[in-house]
Amino acid sequence: MSGLNLRGALAILTNELMRFFRTIYGSILSPVLTTSLYFIVFGAAIGGRIEEIGGVSYGAFIVPGLLMLTLLSETTSNASFGIYMPRFTGAVYELLSAPVGVTETLIGFVGAAAIKSLLLAAIILTTATLFVDYTIVHPFYALGYVLLVAAAFSLFGFILGIWADNFEKLQVVPLLILTPLTFLGGTFYSIDMLGEPWRTVALVNPIVYLVNGLRWTFTGTSDVPIAISVGMTLGFLVVCVGVIATIFRTGWRLRG
Amino acid sequence: MSDSILDIRGLAKTYKGGTTALAGVDLTIRRGEIFALLGPNGAGKTTLIGAVCGLVRPTAGTICAFGQDVAHHWRAVRRRIGLVPQELAFDTFEQVERSVAYSRGIFGCPPDRARIHEVLRSLSLYDKRHTKIRELSGGMKRRVMIAKALAHDPELLFLDEPTAGVDVELRRDMWRQIGELRARGTTIILTTHYIEEAEEMADRVGVIDKGRILLVDDKAAIIGKLGRTEARITLDRPLPVIPPSLSAYALSLEEDGRVLQYRGGDGAGKGRREIARILRTLVAEGIVFEAIETRQSSLEDIFVTLVENGAASARAEAA
Repeated sequence: MSGLNLRGALAILTNELMRFFRTIYGSILSPVLTTSLYFIVFGAAIGGRIEEIGGVSYGAFIVPGLLMLTLLSETTSNASFGIYMPRFTGAVYELLSAPVGVTETLIGFVGAAAIKSLLLAAIILTTATLFVDYTIVHPFYALGYVLLVAAAFSLFGFILGIWADNFEKLQVVPLLILTPLTFLGGTFYSIDMLGEPWRTVALVNPIVYLVNGLRWTFTGTSDVPIAISVGMTLGFLVVCVGVIATIFRTGWRLRG
Repeated sequence: MSDSILDIRGLAKTYKGGTTALAGVDLTIRRGEIFALLGPNGAGKTTLIGAVCGLVRPTAGTICAFGQDVAHHWRAVRRRIGLVPQELAFDTFEQVERSVAYSRGIFGCPPDRARIHEVLRSLSLYDKRHTKIRELSGGMKRRVMIAKALAHDPELLFLDEPTAGVDVELRRDMWRQIGELRARGTTIILTTHYIEEAEEMADRVGVIDKGRILLVDDKAAIIGKLGRTEARITLDRPLPVIPPSLSAYALSLEEDGRVLQYRGGDGAGKGRREIARILRTLVAEGIVFEAIETRQSSLEDIFVTLVENGAASARAEAA
């Protein structure tokens, strides 16, 4: 048989989810605690002094931004650890010697990342209800956009996990690039609140489009057109797929 | 003669740094045999296995397994191959049974708890099936590696230094298990430093050094071709020269004429017969000897000679 090894893909997916559930307390408590702290600090302490933004309360305004903040860091970290740890321990030999190619590997890793991200999103949104009243104007688009971002950044994390040859490199991108860009990407404010030239500078930050894309699904308004947000996310996903396909074809950092 | 299950032609691998690990390997493995690949560290054993299993990208050459080109039919071929690498490598936080079930899954086999249990029982791991791998002893962890490789019932199994670092009892136990696998029809290729392991189990032996196969033959044939008999005859009184009646034999005088040393034969009985004739001649000529020690060269001696002398002299000697 030379067709896809779907059982292999399912085995990878299940294995990744089992790894997630082994640390379920940390996986749940960490986002709950972080989200609660953000709501207490930004929503209650600071938000009380800020008027409505785009027709919604400040607390409700920051919900999609906080969701994106956690989603990006958790999805990237999860996916990068998922492939880095087998490389680090040597267990990757099994994946490389098995009848699984790039398609099965991506179905397994990205599928697992998407499921984990949905769980995380559900946890964060449930936590948010304890602090603010918010509504999701386009719930199906929100679900689709969360899945799209989860898929794109799990692919990105997968690439990081293959690129990194030590734990420091594994942490560099999420901590020193993703998190700062997310904070500066309109998570806690509308970029329309910025004066020029900072508003224009902010548009260079790709996370602005992700946060605003998700914000549009929640509030129906955003600082940038939704089509651009979706287009950029899709483009990023396609680039990541291309990079991973090249990695598998050349064996870069995987095969000797 | 059995049909071939693996056919390697002109396999070469040069790493980025310029190190040549394989320099044109030709090798055919017969279905159902145990083949031992012997070689010193850095000889290319692990690279050769890696190239067949998909861990290493060859620079040149072709690999056909089960009659199919591995490069083109890798999915179909890999389903039928198992690998136990040299290093212990797994998610140590995972439970034994789950880890083995995962291995079965990624090789495309449907879940089969009964079969997993059977594999675990055969490796004395059943009682530890719910234990986390990190809590197992080193020997048990090595068994888990074997269980993972057997989970999808491979027809061709690679064992890279399977008994490295395990105690004698476990080593014997593993030899027994490998024998059982062969009895069930699994073709086994093992690399080893332990010549005793190859002598004990292998049907055929290959010697590799510096990325080249120096010799491949039946174990018995190698010993027959390259084996030597040694005899050390301690004399009552020193001899100044070897008597003319013994000049036809491969003898030398050592330790100031006190020891008559024989090195000859063919590994098939000729040496022992010649020693008997030498002793009869010594008795007939009244040369008194007080001790005899004889020794048949082992596969280890042959291996050391081959590697030390290199490919050219080895081939000449075998011919």
